Parts: sequence; structure tokens; C-alpha cells
Amino acid sequence: MNALRRLLPPLASGALFGAGLTIGGMVDPARVRGFLDLFGNWDPTLAFVMGGAVVVMAIAWRIQARMRHPLFAEKFSLPERQDLDGKLIGGAILFGIGWGLAGICPGPAIASLALVPVKVLPFIAAMVAGMALHRVTLDRKGS
Amino acid sequence: MIPGFPAADPVGGLIGGVLIGVAGAMMLLGAGRIAGVSGIAARGLGLSSGNMSFSSAWMFLLGLPAGALLVMLVRGVNPIDYVPLPAVLIAGLLVGFGTRMGSGCTSGHGVCGVSRLSQRSLVATAAFMIAGILTIVALRLASIAW
Repeated sequence: MNALRRLLPPLASGALFGAGLTIGGMVDPARVRGFLDLFGNWDPTLAFVMGGAVVVMAIAWRIQARMRHPLFAEKFSLPERQDLDGKLIGGAILFGIGWGLAGICPGPAIASLALVPVKVLPFIAAMVAGMALHRVTLDRKGS
Repeated sequence: MIPGFPAADPVGGLIGGVLIGVAGAMMLLGAGRIAGVSGIAARGLGLSSGNMSFSSAWMFLLGLPAGALLVMLVRGVNPIDYVPLPAVLIAGLLVGFGTRMGSGCTSGHGVCGVSRLSQRSLVATAAFMIAGILTIVALRLASIAW
């Protein structure tokens, strides 16, 4: 019962997340790249996805501020860093280049295993390789 | 339909976005954590030393395709085309490395962090959006269409 209380929230969250990515068109690289094609044939759909998600999450943060602990865990484990550094910006730029090249980011990639497994598998393999490469180069201390 | 943008799907986008927001809210209020996919994936693969349990990470990661599958079975999914394989591989490497180096991706920074008005997430989101837009511009200038 305890394990169920602990494991159900991430499973339900992941499933809703995957459904939302699919309905919102994030699993379609053409739509994602159309959104980034601001100076060409722009497709504003993803602005609605991000807008809808951010509004709901903004309400969730208001609720979180009034809670002493999460519903199914002892305490909140949230990022507290506020400083800007080169890694943050450099990493985001590298990610953005990859995102623009292929129109795929991590969430839609993993969700797409159920939709287009053969097409997405090379992307996921390369993504894992990139994560591993970071682990053995910049993250050697294991932060 | 949005005038001038016949291909846009604002209704699907909004419904999908709200579902993603509810998913992030469940993770935050239920488990007390950020629903950041790149971080959770790295954690599940043992490539990060965060304190999320492996079982929780894998539950979330398994949920993603499960939810997508459900949508496909219920309402179907339009055909999905990928860019050529070499570009997919280069992009995958950049996305994997970059999201770890920058501590997050579209979900953790773009949705969870931006809605929290986190300075780091606002800057990261601006950076990866501008980089993505400029990448598309560069491909256009080089007459590479895929």
C-alpha cells in the first residue's frame, strides 16, 4: 500500500504527460519545427501547448506554497539554485540546436516509443549517449 | 482554426497543454518533485546522482508511452515523419548532452520552471528557443529542407 502511494503519482503523471504531448502535437517533429520556423511558415500550435501547461502549473505553484509537504511524500525536493552560469546557458543552446534540427525533445521522444518506435529509437540511443558523455566529462564529480 | 495559420491546431494544443500542466501539478503536489523529463530519464538510467528513487523515475518514464498509446488507441494519431537519420542522431546527441549540461529541457525549464518564474529556467527557456529558431533559420539559409 505504501509502495502504491509512492509509485502511483509518478505513473499517473507520466501517463497524463504522454497523453498531453500526443494530443498537443509535440510528438510530431514537423509541428515542433513549424513552431520554431518563426520567420518562415510559422505554426503557433505549440504556443497553446506551453501556454496551457504554464497556466495550470502556475496555479499548482500557488497551491504548493501553502502546503507543508506533498500529498504522498515526506518533503518537497525542488531545485533552489538561482545563479546563472555558463553551463546553464551553453547547455540550453546545445539543446536548442538539437531541438531545431530534429524537432524532438526528451519527453516526446520517450512517449513516441508507443507511436513510432523504429523511427524514435535512434534518437533515444543518441540522446542517452549524449547524457552519458556529459556524465563522464562535465559531471565527473556527480553533482 | 486561426486565420492565416491553416495548419495550426489551437484546440488540440490547449487540451494537450492543460494535460501536461495537470501532469506536472500531480508530480509537484503528489510527489513533491519537478516533472522534468531529461532529469528523470538520466536518473532512471543511473546517469545522475539526484535523490529520486529509481522506481519512481521508471514509473514516470513508463507512463509517457502508456499515455501516448492510450491517445493513439482512442482517437488515432496523424502520420509522423522524422528528419533524415544522420540529423536525428546528431540532434539526439545534442539534446542528451545539452539538457544535462543545462539542467533541464522543455518540461523542467520550459513548463515547471517558467511557471515558477525561476530565473534560471526563464533564461534557459529563452536560450533554447532562440537557438532552435536560429537553427531553423540557418537550415533555410543553407537551403537544407528536410
